[in-house]
Amino acid sequence: MAGYRMWDDDGARQIVGGLAHLEGATLPILHALQGEFGYVDAKAVPLIADALNLSRAEVHGTISFYHDFKTAPPVGRVVKLCRAEACQALGCETLVAQLERDHGIRVDGQSATDAVAVETVYCLGNCALGPSALVDGALIGRVDAQRLAELCGLVSAAQ
Amino acid sequence: MSAPTAPVRVFIPVDAAALSVGAEAVAQAVSREAAARGITIDLVRNGSRGMLWLEPLVEVETPQGRIAYGPVAARDVAGLVDAGLVQGGEHPLRLGLVDDLDWMKRQQRLTFARTGVIDPLSLSDYRAHDGLAGLKAALALTGAEIVEIVRASGLRGRGGAGFPTGIKWKTVHDARADQKYIVCNADEGDSGTFADRMLFEGDPFLTIEGMVIAAIAVGATRGYIYLRSEYPHAYRTMQRAILKAEQAGILGDSVLGSAHAFHLEVRLGAGAYICGEETSLLESLEGKRGVVRAKPPIPALKGLFGQPTIVNNVLSFAAVPWILQHGAQVYADFGVGRSRGTLPVQLGGNVRRGGLIELAFGISLREIIEDLGGGTLSGRPIRAVQVGGPLGAYLTAAQLNVAMDYEALAAIKGMLGHGGIVVFDDSVDMAQQARFAFAFCAKESCGKCTPCRIGATRGVETMDKIIAGTERPKNLAILRDLSKLMTDASLCAMGGLTPNPVLSALDHFPEDFDRPAGPAKNWPLAAE
Ligand SMILES: Cc1cc2nc3c(=O)[nH]c(=O)nc-3n(C[C@H](O)[C@H](O)[C@H](O)COP(=O)(O)O)c2cc1C
Ligand code: SF4
Ligand code: FES
Ligand code: FES
Repeated sequence: MAGYRMWDDDGARQIVGGLAHLEGATLPILHALQGEFGYVDAKAVPLIADALNLSRAEVHGTISFYHDFKTAPPVGRVVKLCRAEACQALGCETLVAQLERDHGIRVDGQSATDAVAVETVYCLGNCALGPSALVDGALIGRVDAQRLAELCGLVSAAQ
Repeated sequence: MSAPTAPVRVFIPVDAAALSVGAEAVAQAVSREAAARGITIDLVRNGSRGMLWLEPLVEVETPQGRIAYGPVAARDVAGLVDAGLVQGGEHPLRLGLVDDLDWMKRQQRLTFARTGVIDPLSLSDYRAHDGLAGLKAALALTGAEIVEIVRASGLRGRGGAGFPTGIKWKTVHDARADQKYIVCNADEGDSGTFADRMLFEGDPFLTIEGMVIAAIAVGATRGYIYLRSEYPHAYRTMQRAILKAEQAGILGDSVLGSAHAFHLEVRLGAGAYICGEETSLLESLEGKRGVVRAKPPIPALKGLFGQPTIVNNVLSFAAVPWILQHGAQVYADFGVGRSRGTLPVQLGGNVRRGGLIELAFGISLREIIEDLGGGTLSGRPIRAVQVGGPLGAYLTAAQLNVAMDYEALAAIKGMLGHGGIVVFDDSVDMAQQARFAFAFCAKESCGKCTPCRIGATRGVETMDKIIAGTERPKNLAILRDLSKLMTDASLCAMGGLTPNPVLSALDHFPEDFDRPAGPAKNWPLAAE
């Protein structure tokens, strides 16, 4: 989704080379790769390790530590739903339960459909206007069941 | 009707919270409807004033001052323009002069003086509203003099621990090294907090200015802002602000023509709460797993790449330009006891009027939640309030007279943290909140030490048994033992403070731990 390029080694090598001069370049490189390809392919590990003079284990360790970095291409759209305390106080857990009951979509889990993956995030900095979600870089406030279904592409937007 | 000489300035926020409830569509509608009527306007995309329940808030500049309308929906706009929006005309959504609104009048906005007022990326707006005055004052002083002013102001770190900023700066100032670093902690992971975000989106040059002053004070030439990846809007704004500051000679080889060099970059985190802890953050900046370092050595002596490093929260840096401009004593005159200056409070959760309020320390929680916040959004009674993020205690409605200052909150086993307040109504299940505290810790633990890594998972299991009604007395005893172990033996405050929300929930709301077992709720599971 969102127009990611297919993984290609040369493109990846170029991205790595362009950022390798930075101090502590690993995270900027991983973000750039994921921004381009939608995920960080396993083939990136030796590329980064060579460019930054790190062991492969170190690079792999970094990738696996952070919730953000994905190791497989995204299949459908990604909806990041806030499930931290301020959004809990406004019923985000009810939304989670409704999503599974009404649409068979399990947050952070296997769903009836591949078209959308709903992921947990903890706080989007929109705690006065929750429940909140982040979709394709857009922040959405006051999410209710209807709006969440729209964001997931399950129903078309109400006028 | 005679045409106005200069186009009227209309302000509609680009703040992410305002965008989250439709500010972009409102901005487009205002441009369109004005153009359709042949009215020329100068549309400024400002930050948010922090009255988030009124977003999207539209302001128009009039000879009397800025008149606000809100909350405005795109469908309201045609009617608003017909009602004479650009003259500040009457309309049901008209709120009056922004500066006369109770929410604004009650505040002491030092750090947030410009947020929502200016065009965030206009350096001329910034300068016209006192921007760079602190830096210019600093350039006339020695490093030691700057450090002393910061110490004398009484400023304490706004990231959570409340450590005196001047003392940290003195340590880095006195350290000898070829390379020192300034690191801004913009990880803002605490639920219920958004002040760093609002400041980055509404007045990005302020934090830059504060960091430059810190660099001059201690002789650092490089700096990084570590910003959480959940804030894409703030990231874009800060990147553009840094570019502009470089072009204007505020950053670079010669800060405002002086002999000081300072280079600044913004780096993105990657969705790890623990990376807000300063040593984990430094590991992450170095490109590694965000595993917490044992202290000592402290980052002030061995920080980024082993060099002396100031790590401060956004709001700590952002307080400094004001202090340099107005003097340490003027700043210290705000506040109470050992909590000096102002605190940007963030009010969220189940509250009618949520947003950002900057006030001198000492106001009561009740005034904030009831007077300013107007009670719960649901209209139901307040049952619990969590102050200071996910590691902060849950307080009861009866405890709301406590003053917002570091010591007063500590006296009731609470914690100010980064100034976030999350309100819950009486539908909250405090046993579930206690379970969540463990689940969050289990998921976000860096894994370095056993009490946190294993303890949190055991905590979830124990809460599950308590909720299910299995051997409650025994499991409640296990819960307390576990909490004590985590408090005493965890390496950092992640494991060490997780018992705060757990035990406060248990002590203040024991009835929720003694309910007949009901059907299992869908609640976040511990590990992935
Ligand atoms: C688990 C954990 C998370 C933290 N998260 C943040 C954060 O998001 N932002 C922040 O400024 N400080 C955070 N801190 C506090 C930092 O470790 C550190 O004290 C702070 O950045 C120092 O800056 P200050 O003195 O200006 O507050 C966190 C601490 C812990 C233990
Ligand atoms: S308490 Fe938790 S987060 Fe902190 S060092 Fe130990 S394992 Fe890491
Ligand atoms: S808790 Fe959900 S946006 Fe902050
Ligand atoms: S293993 Fe880290 S404190 Fe015990």
